[in-house]
Amino acid sequence: MRHIVSILLENEAGALSRVSGLFSARGYNIESLTVAPTEDATLSRMTIVTTGSDEVIEQITKQLNKLVDVVKVVDLSDGDHIERELMLVKVRAIGKDREEMKRMADIFRGRIIDVTDRDYTIELTGTGSKLDAFLKAIDGSAILETVRTGASGIGRGDRVLKV
Amino acid sequence: MQLSGAEIVIRCLQEEGVDYVFGYPGGAVLFLYDELFKQDKVKHVLARHEQGAVHAADGYARSTDKVGVALVTSGPGVTNAVTGIATAHMDSIPMVIITGQVPTHAIGQDAFQECDTVGITRPCVKHNFLVKDVKDIASTIKKAFFIASTGRPGPVVVDIPKDITTHKADFEYPKTIAMRSYNPVTKGHAGQGKKAIQMLMGAKRPMIYTGGGIILGEAAAELTQLVRLLGFPCTNTLMGLGGYPATDPQFLGMLGMHGTYEANMAMQHCDVLLAIGARFDDRVIGNPKHFFEEPRSIIHIDIDPSSISKRVRVDVPIVGNVREVLQDLIKQLQAGKVKPDQAALKTWWTQIELWRGRDCLKYDRSSAIIKPQYVVEKLYAITKGEAFVTSDVGQHQMWAAQFYKFNKPRRWINSGGLGTMGVGLPYAMGVQLAHPKAQVACVTGEASIQMCIQELSTCKQYRLPIKIINLNNRYMGMVRQWQEFFHGNRYAESYMDALPDFVKLAESYGHVGMRIEKPADVEPALKEAFARKKDLVFMDFITDQTENVFPMVPGGKGLSEMILV
Repeated sequence: MRHIVSILLENEAGALSRVSGLFSARGYNIESLTVAPTEDATLSRMTIVTTGSDEVIEQITKQLNKLVDVVKVVDLSDGDHIERELMLVKVRAIGKDREEMKRMADIFRGRIIDVTDRDYTIELTGTGSKLDAFLKAIDGSAILETVRTGASGIGRGDRVLKV
Repeated sequence: MQLSGAEIVIRCLQEEGVDYVFGYPGGAVLFLYDELFKQDKVKHVLARHEQGAVHAADGYARSTDKVGVALVTSGPGVTNAVTGIATAHMDSIPMVIITGQVPTHAIGQDAFQECDTVGITRPCVKHNFLVKDVKDIASTIKKAFFIASTGRPGPVVVDIPKDITTHKADFEYPKTIAMRSYNPVTKGHAGQGKKAIQMLMGAKRPMIYTGGGIILGEAAAELTQLVRLLGFPCTNTLMGLGGYPATDPQFLGMLGMHGTYEANMAMQHCDVLLAIGARFDDRVIGNPKHFFEEPRSIIHIDIDPSSISKRVRVDVPIVGNVREVLQDLIKQLQAGKVKPDQAALKTWWTQIELWRGRDCLKYDRSSAIIKPQYVVEKLYAITKGEAFVTSDVGQHQMWAAQFYKFNKPRRWINSGGLGTMGVGLPYAMGVQLAHPKAQVACVTGEASIQMCIQELSTCKQYRLPIKIINLNNRYMGMVRQWQEFFHGNRYAESYMDALPDFVKLAESYGHVGMRIEKPADVEPALKEAFARKKDLVFMDFITDQTENVFPMVPGGKGLSEMILV
């Protein structure tokens, strides 16, 4: 099963490799991993999307908690949560494709953030499956480049992960 | 007054009450050694290889309840130390390893004797630090000792670049330390304790299985009290030997791959299992599928939540310091009215005694060639069970574990998790320094001993009167045993050819050497050796080449599927 795990950890050199090293050493999957400092610059917030049986996910959260740099761990999939991913996609935009790309970006509530006479760069946020759907909807041969951040997640309502 | 980084490090060690540092000097730690030289509170023990230094510090920690401390230089000093660090990590031994690093401006430049210490050691430490500012040294070392010795213990590496040891700062050693990201649990959940008692009282075929957690958690007295109060059978893992008195009738011996018949059968067929400070590893329960074929309820007490339900599903988990949890259980038991089911218990003990009657550790006592088991039995008799026994890894380790009856914790010192050959002699050094008056025996084999043989020189320098029991069968015995059982007697590279003359070897290091070739000479030789209170005696016992360790649970088989003699 797919799980989205949020981690608060000390914003210190090497903290990221402790987490990624744990996943590779114990053979756990990482589908995506994002990390950046929080409003408190001494803390980083990490979101990991992983897959595994209930037993494996339980071990993952326990092993993460055991890392000395990790302050808090929560499996967002345990309750209501929101997740978003950002994608930048550069597409060919010439001839009749130019109008079509604009239209598709609008339908998916994307924004064109860079324009040349030959291409557009479209910014799109949403769940991973929405981004997948966009890539499927446009002409694959028109895609020049894609960059995705991986998912970030947050609990709904008063579900808060804080020190 | 401002102190140099090097002075601060040594002052920190003094503040921590460190009496021995095991190490080996080199370029990146010269300032640290200079400061060690200028004081005499912290004594340095010069090993002959960094691996030996770390093992010795590890042995020191295992035989005491103190943190073992090692000091090595950058680059190869660190890589040589890695085996020692990983060995300590697998067995949760509290250690602080201070490593030199190239100067901060040279880090990442592929400098002479540079390696990424924090990166290399990350998977085999509880935590590690790179100190980048002299002002951080004291708090980092405080944290290192705190992390190493609390919760589930483990080794912590502190990497200090050379220039940091010359920079100056004010020194004040923090009295306490609080870390928001590290708060190990101590007290177990009271409600869980109640559930556990209920389950134990309802048991028809109970079993108590304990591991290294009892030793590390200083809970042997509590365990003994609990087991006697309940009247249940008790088994120890290899790491847990000495946690419960081995001469007590309620003790079924060690369990696992080379555990006793009665311990493995009782483990497999119990209906309620109380596991304490143990982790159900592959050498203990054999094939997990086979283990699950018999339904049983499991109570698991451990300080590390990640040990619980890792390999075996647990019904009542209790996370906490084993000693405090056991004290709590004992109190509840004494206050409670319900007693264990005596009729069921009687039937269960009758069954266990039948299994025990199988006499699974028997061997040919009339052999004209020295049987290794006989040597360990005699060692036990002559030392009256009071010795500290270290071992290496292989057949001799199993025989020592099976035939030396440990009645006290911290007397049996071996590498259980990583299974590191070569630990025996350096372990014995650490133990002998921690207990100068005690009898220390290193039970080893001719293959293992050669992996850290250079430490005989250290033993001479520090006058360590260790007794080395070399069970010399001219084979890497355990490898040969597996090749005999599972590889059609093809003894690929397991024969130890071109062995040194160990008597002469010992003598060349300034020690006493003996060769013992006949069973009748075993006892007199051991007596003579232990009478030499000031000498290291290397006893080379020429033993039966074909002897195997029984019982044996072959890899992939279930606990009750033992090969018996």
